[in-house]
Amino acid sequence: MAKLANIAEVPVGTSLCEGWKPVKRVRKFPTHIVVFLAPAVLIYTVFMIYPMLSSLWLSLLNRIPGEGTGFVGLQNYVTLLTSEHWAPRFWNAFRNNVVFFVIHMLVQNPVALALAVMLHSRIRGAVVYRTVIFTPAILSVVLAGFAWRMVLNPVWGVSYTILDFFGMGDLDRPWLGLEETALVTLSLISVWQNVGIPMVLFLAALVRIPDELVEAARVDGANSWRVFRHVQLPLIMPSVAIVAVLTFVGNFNAFDLIYATQGSLAGPNFSTDIMGTFFFRTFFGFQLQPGDPHMGATVAGMMFLIILTGVLLYLFGWQRRMERIEY
Amino acid sequence: MALAEATRPRIAGGRNWTWWRGALVHAALLAYSALAIFPVLLVLVNSFKTRRAIFANPYSLPTAETFDLVGYRTLAQHANFPLYFLNSLIVTAGALFLILLVSSMAAHALAEYEFRGNTLMSLYLAIGIMVPIRLGTVGLLNLISSLKLVDTLWALILVYTAQGIPLAVFVLTQHMRQLPRELKDAARIDGASEYRIYRLILPLARPALGTVAAISLLPIWNDLWFALILAPSERTKTVILGTQVFLGQFVNDWNAVLAALSLSIVPAVVLYVIFSRQLIRGLMAGSIK
Repeated sequence: MAKLANIAEVPVGTSLCEGWKPVKRVRKFPTHIVVFLAPAVLIYTVFMIYPMLSSLWLSLLNRIPGEGTGFVGLQNYVTLLTSEHWAPRFWNAFRNNVVFFVIHMLVQNPVALALAVMLHSRIRGAVVYRTVIFTPAILSVVLAGFAWRMVLNPVWGVSYTILDFFGMGDLDRPWLGLEETALVTLSLISVWQNVGIPMVLFLAALVRIPDELVEAARVDGANSWRVFRHVQLPLIMPSVAIVAVLTFVGNFNAFDLIYATQGSLAGPNFSTDIMGTFFFRTFFGFQLQPGDPHMGATVAGMMFLIILTGVLLYLFGWQRRMERIEY
Repeated sequence: MALAEATRPRIAGGRNWTWWRGALVHAALLAYSALAIFPVLLVLVNSFKTRRAIFANPYSLPTAETFDLVGYRTLAQHANFPLYFLNSLIVTAGALFLILLVSSMAAHALAEYEFRGNTLMSLYLAIGIMVPIRLGTVGLLNLISSLKLVDTLWALILVYTAQGIPLAVFVLTQHMRQLPRELKDAARIDGASEYRIYRLILPLARPALGTVAAISLLPIWNDLWFALILAPSERTKTVILGTQVFLGQFVNDWNAVLAALSLSIVPAVVLYVIFSRQLIRGLMAGSIK
């Protein structure tokens, strides 16, 4: 809002108005600009920016014995990262979240890229394939998670029949029920659901590469792999970077899938606990532990720091080194 | 002859190899499509079968003998799904309308007028593209309860609107910058007010509005987090939350669970069949900055 007030402070008829291309003659206070901007800025500020700032502020407060609630500086963060009660849970959730993210980077994005390259190879029926492969992405995470929970449920036996068909019946296990496999299984369900989105982004980048570039390489005798490796891949690097940062933000903010399939306790034995479920439990409480808004805000503050680090690394590290490609 | 050969794009390897490669690509895409659609089909098909048939032949279509709607009957008795659908519809339509209205106004201001703070305002509104609104949940719940909006659909509409504004303003501003000047200048010469000009260019921005609607729709319809936190009462449950609660309660009633899953998948799939082109085009356009 401060920015809007500035407009009013500028003396009428100064350089401010010089820049207005359409109406040079207007010299009065630009009410219409304020009217156009106000609703969006108001809703956005009140329901997004203010809650975020107030949440960060709450993470700096806590109950002080004898004084009620007061300012404690970074004490909550220190408690979260080092105390016997909080630290193991926090680091467990953080580690699991890193695994969750790494699996997305190693499986989701390469598979998405491979699918995009295949769809781009002028194959018949590409639109049908694209539509079908994208379908899981339109479903709620709740539905996707629960559908897979049914499929993987040993009681139903669907997963055994399928594995047995491929001669891998020995591999059948209650994947979501075992501590060692639950997290990887959930990550792969998430990959299954979301792979369509990076696929479409890669496809958009591939479509924009002029045919002449690819054809020139082919004429020079390059095979498909070399065309991909030396022509297409370097040209779609900006999209690869965007997909990486989107994956990062999405993964460190994830919650629904774990909550829907494993509940807020993120079982078995917290083996699928990630930052989102940890935040939910801390804020609302669970079993005998009461909810704690200040520690909840602190967990959200840590998530904010993690996401911000990722975004800044992208903006200042990766994007700066990459040139804008103009065709 | 040699020249004609060289200008044809696919020459490496000859005809036989090209055929093989095509077959391989088809095989890979078919396999992945099967994987993508299989759990969804399995749930849909089995929701129409008797409990015995679900376990005996999970892969067969329902026959006259095995056809059974018992799951849907349980659903009708124990959960108020028509109300959940109505809630989801109101919330999604309301938020979508507000997003399109306020974002197109803001985008018009940012694209049309050069005023001090224009760039800063654009950057301010863009923060929300990268920083998820979910991180402000603690503050948001405090705010919503002090506004006495807990367990109302308004809470969800306003929060989803705030969540959708950043990307909507970004996409619409990009598009509106490219609209031709002549039309607006001509209208100004005719004495049209600035508000009239906004209404004049709104139809021209229709493709971008479609894009924004397509990419904003699904996250709102499918959201569980805010539905769970801001409006969990029976009266205000959305479809996704209602399904989630129902699934938790009826976890061992396979007929009911499969029916609930199928019922909640249907609207998303119907919307997708209608809007898949806009949605995918929208995602593609959104990625090209």
